Amino acid sequence: MRRIAGLLLAAAVPVAVLAVLFVLPVGGMLAQGFAPQGRLDPGGVLDVLARPRVRRVAWFTLWTAGAGTALAVLLGLPAAFVLHRLAVPGRHAIRAALLVPFVLPTVVVGVAFRQLLGEGGPLGFLGLEGTPVAILAGLVFFNVAVVVRAVGAAWEALDPRPGEAAAALGASPLQVLLTVTLPALRPAIVGAASSVFLFCATAFGIVLTLGGVRYATVETEIYLLTTTLFDLRAAAALSIVQLIVVVGLLAVSARLRFTPDPGRRSATAAPRAVRRSDWTALALTLLTLVALALPILTLVAGSFRVDGSWSVDNYVALGGAGDNGALLVPVTTALLTSLRTAVDATWMALAMGLAVSLIVTRRSHGPAERRVRSVLDGFFMLPLGVSAVTLGFGFLITLDQPPLDLRDSPLLVPMAQALVALPLVVRTLAPVLAGIDDRQRQAAASLGASPWRALLTVDLPAVWKPLLAASGFAFAASLGEFGATSFLARDEAPTVPVVIFRLIGHPGEMNYGMALAASVVLATATAVVMLLVERLRVPSVGAF
Amino acid sequence: MNHARLRAVLTATTLTLAVTGCSLVGTENEQRPPAGEPSSQEPARGSGEVVVVSHESFTLPKKLTKAFERETGYTIKVRAAGDAGTLATKLSLTAGNPIGDVAFGIDNTFASRPLDAGAFAEFEPSFPGPEEYQLDEGSDRLTAIDHGSVCVNADIDWFKAEGKQPPAELSDLADPAYRGLFVTPGASTSSPGMAFFLATVAEFGDDWPAFWEDLLANDAKIVDGWEDAYYGDFTAGSDTGKRPLVVSYDSSPAFTVEGDRSTTGTVFDTCFRQVEYAGVLEGADNPEGAEAFIEWLLTDEVQSQIPELMYMFPVSPSADVPEDWAKYALPAKDPYEVSPEEIASQREQWLTEWTDLISR
Amino acid sequence: MLSLREVTVRYGDTVAVDHVSLDLPAGEVLAVLGPSGCGKSTLLRAVAGLEPLTSGRIEVDGVDLAGTPTHKRGFALMFQDGQLFGHLTVARNVAYALRLRRTPREQLAARVAELLSLVGLEGYADRLPGTLSGGEQQRVALARALAVEPRLLLLDEPLSALDATLRQRLAGELREILVAAGTTALLVTHDHEEAFALADRLAVMRNGRVVQSGPIDEVWRTPVDEETALFLGYARVLRGGAARLLLEAGGLPAADAVAVRRSALVVADDGPLAATVVSARVTPDQIRLVVGVDGVGEVDAVAPLDTHAAAGESVRLRVDVTRLAVLRIEHAL
Repeated sequence: MRRIAGLLLAAAVPVAVLAVLFVLPVGGMLAQGFAPQGRLDPGGVLDVLARPRVRRVAWFTLWTAGAGTALAVLLGLPAAFVLHRLAVPGRHAIRAALLVPFVLPTVVVGVAFRQLLGEGGPLGFLGLEGTPVAILAGLVFFNVAVVVRAVGAAWEALDPRPGEAAAALGASPLQVLLTVTLPALRPAIVGAASSVFLFCATAFGIVLTLGGVRYATVETEIYLLTTTLFDLRAAAALSIVQLIVVVGLLAVSARLRFTPDPGRRSATAAPRAVRRSDWTALALTLLTLVALALPILTLVAGSFRVDGSWSVDNYVALGGAGDNGALLVPVTTALLTSLRTAVDATWMALAMGLAVSLIVTRRSHGPAERRVRSVLDGFFMLPLGVSAVTLGFGFLITLDQPPLDLRDSPLLVPMAQALVALPLVVRTLAPVLAGIDDRQRQAAASLGASPWRALLTVDLPAVWKPLLAASGFAFAASLGEFGATSFLARDEAPTVPVVIFRLIGHPGEMNYGMALAASVVLATATAVVMLLVERLRVPSVGAF
Repeated sequence: MNHARLRAVLTATTLTLAVTGCSLVGTENEQRPPAGEPSSQEPARGSGEVVVVSHESFTLPKKLTKAFERETGYTIKVRAAGDAGTLATKLSLTAGNPIGDVAFGIDNTFASRPLDAGAFAEFEPSFPGPEEYQLDEGSDRLTAIDHGSVCVNADIDWFKAEGKQPPAELSDLADPAYRGLFVTPGASTSSPGMAFFLATVAEFGDDWPAFWEDLLANDAKIVDGWEDAYYGDFTAGSDTGKRPLVVSYDSSPAFTVEGDRSTTGTVFDTCFRQVEYAGVLEGADNPEGAEAFIEWLLTDEVQSQIPELMYMFPVSPSADVPEDWAKYALPAKDPYEVSPEEIASQREQWLTEWTDLISR
Repeated sequence: MLSLREVTVRYGDTVAVDHVSLDLPAGEVLAVLGPSGCGKSTLLRAVAGLEPLTSGRIEVDGVDLAGTPTHKRGFALMFQDGQLFGHLTVARNVAYALRLRRTPREQLAARVAELLSLVGLEGYADRLPGTLSGGEQQRVALARALAVEPRLLLLDEPLSALDATLRQRLAGELREILVAAGTTALLVTHDHEEAFALADRLAVMRNGRVVQSGPIDEVWRTPVDEETALFLGYARVLRGGAARLLLEAGGLPAADAVAVRRSALVVADDGPLAATVVSARVTPDQIRLVVGVDGVGEVDAVAPLDTHAAAGESVRLRVDVTRLAVLRIEHAL
């Protein structure tokens, strides 16, 4: 009991932060729906769930998320093999580049896909614009990297010898893959798939921009119900459904999550040379890479077009405020704001993430303590599963009284971004901390080290590299964050994604070109950060 | 690869970023000066900060705000995010404890929501605009600032080149002669989209679903936002656009001027009028400043700039509009109207039905 | 049956296997012995088809294996820690290759039972590998490897992950099973005891080259140089005068270098050499001594348990010629 009390005490600070910045706002919005005018009306919520439209939206969410997950896994597996098991030249750079879509702002991706799939775009003849296929393409674009990272890390750590033993016994490469390799990778695959499903099911911007108006998922429906229809009861009902599903999924993925064990390196094989039998995997990977690169290349090409000829004018214009006074501040200033915001978001996410990771990975004494830890672990993943719309409005209605009047604070945006980045940080750090043999801490203690000292001498040396990687990852995620930021950013200090959105929304030929150019700048900044992260070679980055 | 060097670079970068004030901590969280206290030098003038809450397409150039600050002694701070619906929701949810002093950008399609929530305080400006722009209910709280009509725009050059006549009214859009030529933003995702939808409701009444079915059968394209329609699909708005008919504003032709003529034109019998209002927020910290701001918006100095700032027409008849506007942007004469109350009571029903219809 | 001709494997600039030629007659077991990093595992993987050859040929019954992928070579491979398929039961592990060949169900069950009894694991069929001890896992791995009667069994340090007692016992059983099944096997190991326990023929490998090969007793009796001798378990190599003195005392022709085991000098009252005991330690089988011999220096020696040999005492020593090996080519320094 005393240990559990101590555990809760240690968790108090991050829990309090999350309670104020997450539970309170979301709770406030849910209360608006459940108890309009202060009277509790849960029956009304059930009525909402019986609406045929709600059922249709839920079904559409489920099948697009399911299909998106399946596709991401199918495309991600060959790429995971090629990029983590084969000595392909430039594989580190490619791995870093693969993570770029994941942290790219949805606005930018929306612009890119529209450039590509629109009626006049290079792939316009496919007629995919505004179809579920376009949504699926977008979801897959965002999430392939998750599969490649998670499964790749597991594949890299996989002992190749059972496969070789099977081959020697007469199993063809395909039989080895099906009977030995995939079963061994199953936890990693299922874990990655459940994460991807979660991301797909809660995708907002991408569904809104690519699905047009015909298709709604639970997330976009919450947005529509809240802003356009002002039906807070229905929005609350859907939010609850979403939360329940997300909590369920988190439980599944926590159970199945693959944690690369940094203490055990003995059996991992060095990447091997490419052989003739690898051509299928190579071809599929190439196809995936091309598919991922196409929208980005279209974007880059578009950013260099002015009035039908090649030009860098769009980039030059980034120093100005756009046509027709579209912007209050030049994009260059917004870039500075973005960087400063990202710095704040990063240290906040790191401080909280490190605390949370330390708490959830300590060895538990007894099942009660283990349960408390796993509940805490899940608790901090919750921000992944709640609509930015709900959170944004929640901020407005709950954080409006002293001492918690945060509505005007310049730190509100970084705080919101830190919440979004927190799960990424925890998922990067926790596996590393969990992999430290507890006996090392015991040995340190027996040699006279205080717990604090043991932390510094045992945990910190192992974790500094992942910590740097996590900061990079959080930084990139913060740079690209759009949903919550667009809600909370102050007009005079917009971030780049917000500016891009504004530029797209303002008439003026130059504005659209500038939006493309700003997107390219943002994507490049993100890519550079991810490349540095990749150089740190922390297998758990992005593997959650 | 040189790990030691990389490590050093990363560490140094992290430290530099963290230490050298490349952070928002400790910046810009300045105290708001106390509102309404008369300044010692100029006792008649106001002081303090006026916080303007608006939607994301609202902009005030530095020159104008400087003028306001010079003339009135107040400083302006704009807080804008989200579209018109988001703005209405924000104001409604924070009624009584608002996030600013004055709101601008609430239009007639969303006005009843914050009005019902009690978000606005009573205020009558000294020189309200013409009667026709005022709300029937709530004119004591919301002041009309600008207006514009959402109309079908046609690429005149395209129709000339094809030797065809542009459509003349709403029902023409369902005519097979215009098959595959029309694009509109969605009613559920865009406020011009909603306005166009309301025009169809005003024209066809309860039969609007039949018209929309015909429209879809005639290969009309429905996209997410106005910008997708105009810059993605409209032949005159995009190099790659394929559709010469788009839902846009009656002011849009002023932006497609080539030489002495505009290449696009408005189909006047398809228009729905949007009026944008400003109002003092209930519970504002600086109600005097808010009122001064609304009065200022109604001055001809600001009114004559509204076209270039917001692509809308000023409500003040005496305001000068830019030359291009005077020539090419003709305000719709007799636009469709649907009362805010009817919109408020029917919106959910309509949008649910509309979304179902188009996703069939 | 198996023959390697000038086999070379390179990784970039490093030569892992350098022009190795070996022959393995059918039904025999060849052990490749060498320190870690000598290239023996690479050689085994090359034979299995897991490493491409830089040059040279690997033939089975005169057929070049180049271009035959691993799974079509008809071999079986067994690693030091078994590498069982963790998600399959013991029976399914053993039946793995049989299933690949679509063996009929009844036949399959019978063969699995037969193999499990061969390795002494009846009743383990439904267990998962994770629940077995190291030795049991190794036996399952052997059963799995033998299931389809491979043309050639490849063993990569099959016993070295086990503790000493278990290793000895399993080595005996393994040898019996291999002989009983008439299996041709190629074994690589760094442990000469494992090699002696299992093999008929021995090849000593160093720095990617085979320095000596032949029938096991021949290699054992005539190590090619000092390093080989030490690797085969000889305690030390004596040179020059010391070597001649020792050989003369044993009645052998003179040579420049001789490798001796610990037990090559035995305390005997009628021995030809005089020595002084430096230290003595009693073991269950004998007394181990370090003695100072005139003209030789300090060397190891043994004495029967009933001998009285304390430090400082003088003793006589005889030479047991079966426990030393004359080094054939040794360039005197």
